[in-house]
Amino acid sequence: MRAVRAIAFALGLLATGAASSGLGQSTTAPTPPASPDTVAQGRYIAVLGDCEGCHDRPRGAPYAGGLPLNTPFGVIYSANITPDAKAGIGGWTEADFYRAMHEGQDDQHANLYPAFPYPYFTRMPRADVDALFAYLRTVPASPQAPPPNKLGFPFSIRALVTIWNWLNFKPGDFQPSPNQSAEWNRGAYLVNGPGHCGACHTPKNFLSGDEWSKPLQGGKLDNWFAPDLNGDPHGGLASWSQADVIEFLKTGRNGRASAGASMTSVIQHSASNMSDADLAAIATYLKSLPAPLPAPAASQVDPQVMAAGAAIYRDQCAACHRRDGTGVSHEFPPLAGDALLQASDPTTIARYILTGSPTAATAAQPTPFAMPAYAWKLSDSEIAAVATYIRNSWGNLAPPVSAHQVADLRAKVAAHPTRPPPGLD
Amino acid sequence: MAQLLPKVDAVIVGFGWTGAIMAQELTDAGLNVLALERGRWMDTSTDFATTFAQDELRYYWRKSLFERPAHETLTIRNNTGQAALPMRELGSFLPGTGVGGAGIHWNGQLWRFLPSDFQARSHNLSRYGKAAVPDDMTIQDYPVTYDELEPFYDKFEYLCGCSGKAGNLKGQIQPGGDPFEGPRSRDYPNPPLAMPYAPTLFAQAAAGMGYHPFPHPAANASQAYVNPLGVQLAPCTFCGFCEKYGCGNYSKASSQTTILPVLLRKPNFTLKTDSEVLRINRAPDGKSVTGVTYIDASGAEYEQPAEMVLLCAYVLHNVRLLLLSGIGAPYDPATGQGVIGKNYAYQITSSVKFKFDDKLLNPFIGAGALGMMMNDFNGDNFDHTGLGFIGGGYIGVLQTGARPIETLFDSGDLSQWGAAWKQKVAHDYLRSFFIATHGAVMSHRGNYLDLDPTYHDVFGRPLMRMTFDYTDNEHRMSDFLTDKATAIAHAMNASTVTPKPRQGSWSVVPYQTTHNTGGAIMGADPHSSAINRYLQSWDAPNLFVLGSTAFPQNAGYNPTGTVAALAYHAADAIRTQYLKAPGQPLVQA
Amino acid sequence: MKRDGAGKTGAPTRLVDRRRLLGVGVALSAAPLAGAAAETIGGGQGMPFTPNQADYPNAPDPAHRYDYFNPAEAAFVEAAAARMIPADALGPGAVEAGVPVFIDRQLAGDYGKATRMYMQGPWAKGEKTQGYQSRFTPAQMYRAAIPPIDTAAGGGGFAKLKGDDQDAFLKRLQTGQVDLGQVDAVGFFTLLLQNVMEGFFSDPIYGGNRDMAGWKLIGFPGARYDQTEFVTQFGAPYPLPPVGIGGRPGWSGKA
Repeated sequence: MRAVRAIAFALGLLATGAASSGLGQSTTAPTPPASPDTVAQGRYIAVLGDCEGCHDRPRGAPYAGGLPLNTPFGVIYSANITPDAKAGIGGWTEADFYRAMHEGQDDQHANLYPAFPYPYFTRMPRADVDALFAYLRTVPASPQAPPPNKLGFPFSIRALVTIWNWLNFKPGDFQPSPNQSAEWNRGAYLVNGPGHCGACHTPKNFLSGDEWSKPLQGGKLDNWFAPDLNGDPHGGLASWSQADVIEFLKTGRNGRASAGASMTSVIQHSASNMSDADLAAIATYLKSLPAPLPAPAASQVDPQVMAAGAAIYRDQCAACHRRDGTGVSHEFPPLAGDALLQASDPTTIARYILTGSPTAATAAQPTPFAMPAYAWKLSDSEIAAVATYIRNSWGNLAPPVSAHQVADLRAKVAAHPTRPPPGLD
Repeated sequence: MAQLLPKVDAVIVGFGWTGAIMAQELTDAGLNVLALERGRWMDTSTDFATTFAQDELRYYWRKSLFERPAHETLTIRNNTGQAALPMRELGSFLPGTGVGGAGIHWNGQLWRFLPSDFQARSHNLSRYGKAAVPDDMTIQDYPVTYDELEPFYDKFEYLCGCSGKAGNLKGQIQPGGDPFEGPRSRDYPNPPLAMPYAPTLFAQAAAGMGYHPFPHPAANASQAYVNPLGVQLAPCTFCGFCEKYGCGNYSKASSQTTILPVLLRKPNFTLKTDSEVLRINRAPDGKSVTGVTYIDASGAEYEQPAEMVLLCAYVLHNVRLLLLSGIGAPYDPATGQGVIGKNYAYQITSSVKFKFDDKLLNPFIGAGALGMMMNDFNGDNFDHTGLGFIGGGYIGVLQTGARPIETLFDSGDLSQWGAAWKQKVAHDYLRSFFIATHGAVMSHRGNYLDLDPTYHDVFGRPLMRMTFDYTDNEHRMSDFLTDKATAIAHAMNASTVTPKPRQGSWSVVPYQTTHNTGGAIMGADPHSSAINRYLQSWDAPNLFVLGSTAFPQNAGYNPTGTVAALAYHAADAIRTQYLKAPGQPLVQA
Repeated sequence: MKRDGAGKTGAPTRLVDRRRLLGVGVALSAAPLAGAAAETIGGGQGMPFTPNQADYPNAPDPAHRYDYFNPAEAAFVEAAAARMIPADALGPGAVEAGVPVFIDRQLAGDYGKATRMYMQGPWAKGEKTQGYQSRFTPAQMYRAAIPPIDTAAGGGGFAKLKGDDQDAFLKRLQTGQVDLGQVDAVGFFTLLLQNVMEGFFSDPIYGGNRDMAGWKLIGFPGARYDQTEFVTQFGAPYPLPPVGIGGRPGWSGKA
């Protein structure tokens, strides 16, 4: 469970040791108690922001942090954001909290690491942030301090984040588009503000900053590829209806796909608890996005690779995903037409095959159907062949996957050298 | 010294089917429930995945999913004149271990008993007279009726997504179903599984002889299914590795595929694995139980206090824990007095092999409960006058999948090797299958369970001793079924028909069925039974004993449906009556 | 971390190494006192899942050599297996399919050591209905049985007999007409025949059934998981080749 959730560099993480920098010495006057309505509003905003996704660790106290996040620069542990004066943010003021959310700085004006997605939270209005803070002051204080981050030099130097901010971060509230409906604007706000979808789904530059010019076109983090959410026909959401988007977010699956990997956590903590109106707004916004990516060229796939892939698919995959790739609705996702499967970057599909993955379990869909791991069983070339086969069958179109790509990923995520002796001379 | 743990509302001993059912029901009632399972956590995609589950050597011959005799076994003998010796390796029956219990490797054969099975004594006495029930045949009526259990059978069938065709809907006989079954309130939740060749040939022949074949009720989903808890099952793919194997495809009902996804979301439920209960603890006055003592895999011992204890281990282990804990009076076959260990029963099986020189049957296609069956000779569905036995069994072709070693190696026929054998199996394997018979075992005064005086388990506790043999009643009945099956095989126009009757004493060697029953039976009063109609101990009202342990005698059907119905029946009584006055008997002795 | 698999768990094989590296098998089999802490599951956390976890088979080293058998034992097992399942026009026999090596690996591992069996005394012969009552583990039984077999066979031992004479001797063994001293002849013959059948028809990852020869002989399609489309194709020849847990030649795209 931990490894499943310890996934993304930039999931909503107040990535800091900053709380401890206050050492509980803050002498600021305590914030007056908030009204129950404000606290309820704040609780819902915590849902929208998926705070628990990063600030809960398995079997830890709620919001007490300590969840490790693998970044290209090292391991960052999420902060304790309970009202504990020493381990948490009990000494913070509303203004301190707003500064963190809006500017990425802690109560001592020190930089927070951008694993905490303040480049998105900055778009949240002050009232929402204050409500969130009011809610967080009502959760039980936990003295659990997260372990120190494990960052290599020079990333351990917090001041360097200033440079990162200069390159990657533009503070400022969300600006609604006057030409769009209120629902669309609500969706755009949720996606680009508290929901921080782009933190995973937008491509990253060499500093792991978001490439703002390519919004939601698919991003790779911690050896997962989060798919394109635009209207692209193969790798994007072109074939999804608004209802599909809503059902997926609400329940973790629809007739086309099941949430896996880090999205299980997003669904379970955040999306499945959003209001129907907000889910509809997100769907309206996402379905309005254009198709910015070039159509994939018909790929040249070695017929022998396709034959191998077809054989492996028939023997290993067809029981669940069916021979024609249509799957079993709401149980085993169809592969024909699947967006993630046809992403330009095959990381996630190869990783699913290597390590297996559960699907999201929600109140509406409590069965966490899980893909079994194949790393122990299939060689790199076999996984490459079957991945290539499913990316280029039943109308799917995507570049082939090489054994080298699989080997590289295997080394990073699976630790399984090869398959067992096959007993075939 | 055992470490004392905080008290819970209910502790469940053993976490298979009944443990999961009771945990689900009692957590729904708001109780704080802890389940203790001696085995490990297991789940579909990690422990019986499609990537490796189809492994006959590992799972059947090396018994990877079953309990380990090295850890705990029992001693066996056919009668008190023999010295009981340990069952050193599993054979005749295959108890499970680990989360899900034997519900992981069962077939999914989901039957109801006949209404008359619940009145085995009074029904047979009234129809056939005193001579039909000899003095040493210690059968008793169940203290519940079919009608009382019907809603709970129904509940379990819908939980499991049972595939089948009703034969009796509220008294109306339905074409294509089993006309002998008790009335159902509604049809099965899923249609029957697609039927392969061999069962179809059987059904055609049986119907031609005037019998009433119908699709076996199967807890193997024939289509995608969402059960009343919201948990999903996926369509069975007929892989042929069901019986004795875990299901990799989410198709076979188990606690993992029907209950646990919901149960494990509840904050008031906890499961501890690798934790084996050593004994049930009794209050100083002996009139209630206070909890259990268990040992975990590291060897640490804990005392777990609980308001109520639910004994949900395998039938034989339930009985042994009662004996080891000194709860209830042990049964003495010499006097017929005492209740713990009384009325152990089993099942009697036989088969009739058939081969078609002109037909490919592809017998490796299979599912656990895939077949065409008939109950024309089950229970009291036929007139036993002059037959010399009571009871009966089903007859049918159950195509669970012809795994090659099981199909081709028979420890009872050592002549099957060499060049001629090789030639024969090369031709016959795809063309052969068998008709199975599956019959009841009545309880008898000399068939019982007690503690062994000589042998011990890894913890130094006495093993349980099983004294059991078939009597004339069982052999006559089984031979009768075998003869009927043989006649049907001939009517199928098979090229070769080879009856395999069950002969001689019960043997622990060949696998037969894991349908051990009795030992702490349910009944109308504490003199004749260990538990009441709600599975509540007569001796300690806050102790409930689940499982086929309760059966006063066995019926001709697989037990799981009745085990689950009794569990739901008990859970209903606990929720609606017991919790209003905890610790009180639900039936006055 | 050891599981009860069919394979060998002595010297580390590649699979064993992998399992240790992975840290899978967190939960032990039922054996208590095995050194693992109990697992606590629940409290609203849902169904556990750990990536990469798979209770996959413990496949032994496939190299063609004997880890357990001494040369005399190997000679007997090879000779006996070759009579039980001979090579002929129908295809390879037990020896060609690797059955003796399969048995060797089984005896060298948990199975041979009877790790699952109840092996506490007192010991008694028992009734036939009471099953296995030998104090020997399967591995010990081979060791104890083969020397008296070779003695009883005369000449240079069983392996040196002519084929027909070997058959005749095996039939005497099968019917209990050979005195094996401490070992029950029928019991040993039963074990040997079972192990030969296991080796010929089990998954090739265990070293026998090489090239899926046993499965090809009878038409068994192997470790498949989806027969949906064939259920109602009455009488039709099955079209797919056998596949093992480790795959089949077609997985390389060549066959």
